[in-house]
Amino acid sequence: MKKRTAIAVLTAAMAMTGCIAHAEEGKVINIYSWNGEFRERVELVYPEVESTSADGTVTTLKDGTEIHWIINPNQDGVYQDKLDEALLNQADAADDDKIDLFLSETDYVNKYTDAEIDVAIPLTDLGIDPEKDLADQYSFTKTTASDVNGVQRGSTWQCCPGLLVYRRDIAKEVLGTDDPEEVGAMVKDWETLKGTAEKLKSAGYFTFASYADTFRLYGNSIENPWVSAGETKIVIDKQITDWISDSKEWLDAGYFDKTVKGQWNDDWNKSMGSESKVFAFLFPAWGIDFTLNPNWDGEAGAWAVTNPPQEYNWGGSYVHGCTGTDNPEHVKDIILAVTANKDSLLTISREKTDFTNTISGMQEAAADDANFSSEFLGGQNAFKYFAPVAENIKIAPLSAYDQGCVELIQSSFSDYFQGTVDYETAKNNFETSIKVRYPEITEIIWPE
Amino acid sequence: MRKRKSISYAKWGYLFILPFFISFFIFSLIPLADTVRYSFYEYYRSGLKSIGPNFVGFKNYLSLLKSDMLGYGANTMILWIIGFIPQIGIALLLASWFTNIRIKIHGMQFFKVVIYLPNLIMASAFAMLFFTMFSSHGPVNSILMSLGWLKEPIDFMGTVFGTRALIGFMNFLMWFGNTTIMLMAAIMGISNDIFEASEIDGCNGWRRFWYITLPLIRPILAYTMITAIIGGLQMFDVPQILTNGQGNPNHSSMTLIMFLNSHLKSKNYGMAGALSVYLFIVSGILCFIVYRMTNDNDPDGSKAAAKRRAKEERRRR
Repeated sequence: MKKRTAIAVLTAAMAMTGCIAHAEEGKVINIYSWNGEFRERVELVYPEVESTSADGTVTTLKDGTEIHWIINPNQDGVYQDKLDEALLNQADAADDDKIDLFLSETDYVNKYTDAEIDVAIPLTDLGIDPEKDLADQYSFTKTTASDVNGVQRGSTWQCCPGLLVYRRDIAKEVLGTDDPEEVGAMVKDWETLKGTAEKLKSAGYFTFASYADTFRLYGNSIENPWVSAGETKIVIDKQITDWISDSKEWLDAGYFDKTVKGQWNDDWNKSMGSESKVFAFLFPAWGIDFTLNPNWDGEAGAWAVTNPPQEYNWGGSYVHGCTGTDNPEHVKDIILAVTANKDSLLTISREKTDFTNTISGMQEAAADDANFSSEFLGGQNAFKYFAPVAENIKIAPLSAYDQGCVELIQSSFSDYFQGTVDYETAKNNFETSIKVRYPEITEIIWPE
Repeated sequence: MRKRKSISYAKWGYLFILPFFISFFIFSLIPLADTVRYSFYEYYRSGLKSIGPNFVGFKNYLSLLKSDMLGYGANTMILWIIGFIPQIGIALLLASWFTNIRIKIHGMQFFKVVIYLPNLIMASAFAMLFFTMFSSHGPVNSILMSLGWLKEPIDFMGTVFGTRALIGFMNFLMWFGNTTIMLMAAIMGISNDIFEASEIDGCNGWRRFWYITLPLIRPILAYTMITAIIGGLQMFDVPQILTNGQGNPNHSSMTLIMFLNSHLKSKNYGMAGALSVYLFIVSGILCFIVYRMTNDNDPDGSKAAAKRRAKEERRRR
């Protein structure tokens, strides 16, 4: 009798714990992002994925859990507005409406990894040990996703060393060769590139589409953050003013297409088409796959990559588990599957040409022409060029104000480049706009 | 005893309008009061941290005066005028044509629908359409270039004139149909006898329009003006979408509400509230002026006639 009750109690207890464990994991995983990039990676490498609805808003997992993709565009801060709104309501939201995972970009990752705000769960609390599980990641990506105390609160599958991507046909016509090594020598630094730009111009081609294209090369090599921790003044780095003067010079010289104003607009997209006269773009791996490839309307194999005039990093999407999630197990699983599993990362690299966050994997990829040559790049193995850049990246010091500063400095000086206003007016316009965007900013210091 | 017999229907009236007042109170009056209250506070968000509310008195109002607010006010005014003048002109012309019994326009109903159609498109979609059409590589430039009229594409949105003209043109296109229909209703409210009488007296079309139609539709014109001014002050979606929220070039197409919206990026309720109060005062003043200008407290001219008579009498004495 006793034995029986004991067994009954035990089974009941087991059933209950089983039940509870099941009930603990919600039926809906909400993921906030600004485009379908992450969804495509999850579909590709997360083994639990069953199917995705035709409109791409719901992915069903094998255990019946649904991933709901909440996509808001990055432009004009829309994504962050929506995300912030949802984060502030996180505590009161019903379990199925709670954010479980969200993404952030390097430009504003700092805002969300803040220890005091605590919206991104420290990886250790999810059961991920960065020392062990993420040992093969590039260390700068780990630093970027950590708070001031060095606690890592996010992880990324990608690493974004940038290259110069050029049109082979234009290279052949003007420079006499489309060989990446030889072209690389002609663009190896700004001075040499300027000579090449002059050649391209006399043949009727533009070197780059717009002044915004070169921004990251300067902007991500700044010495000090835009705003130092605890301060309310913006310090403009010398690199930024260099970008302003160089861009003006290049635009006036006709090395940029004057009709393309900034990035992420229709004119810029069209400048990647076959009708365009633009020779090259400066892109990290995601740019080639996600931006250049869809905009290119000609045959595959028309583009090639080579070293950029200056090493740089552009972007990087960080995945964070959101405090208050009702699906911690799934969150852990997804983060590990997409950002820590070397095989998955190599699959992403093969299928999506991302430069992924695995040091050993990328070294293998650089040597493995058979598997990692890209059809879009005419059979070239881009990883050969990416890997050395990645190992040398020193990430620029971040602040929570980066995105606003980057956006507004580009749009304010756009008028100056186009010749609508003079330098001082553009400076004032920047100061006015940035103070509206960030009311706590008291002062803007320009380099001498 | 008699009092008890009288039945008051008024309470039913109050009951029926109660829902409006309740929802007005909750959804309009309280937020309105809050807006005014917050305008005296420092209250914004930095990242995900909330700062304030701390009472700061008139600091927000003063710093707004020191900012570019007045310039943005001027922009709004200019953009509104560019759109409103052709709008009211064309609307008056079309309304008087459509209502003229002498000119028999075939398919008038069709035209009425067509001119109203642009108003049905969402302003943001309309702005998006124009943005694409008039971009440097857009269809307008391609057509002009393939016709050989242009060598280089025109950078419409790179010039102050181009951007402002486009915004004005869009506002005109969106609203002239609406105004036409309102003015038509006003003109059709005028008794035909008056027009007939004037014709018998040998009045031509121009004079009839100027001396009969226009004075008689004055109340509706006033209404149109007031709604257009308020709409103009609130001009937002068209320039916002067309210039990507930046009011480029050189903030020359930044309107007041766009300025307000950029404060809301940082959830700066204090500054936004102060700006709203300014807007409220300005629209109040403008409405009052227009109302005084066009509201005729002497609709049949009897008061003016009495005055004249009194004057004459005084002179005779």
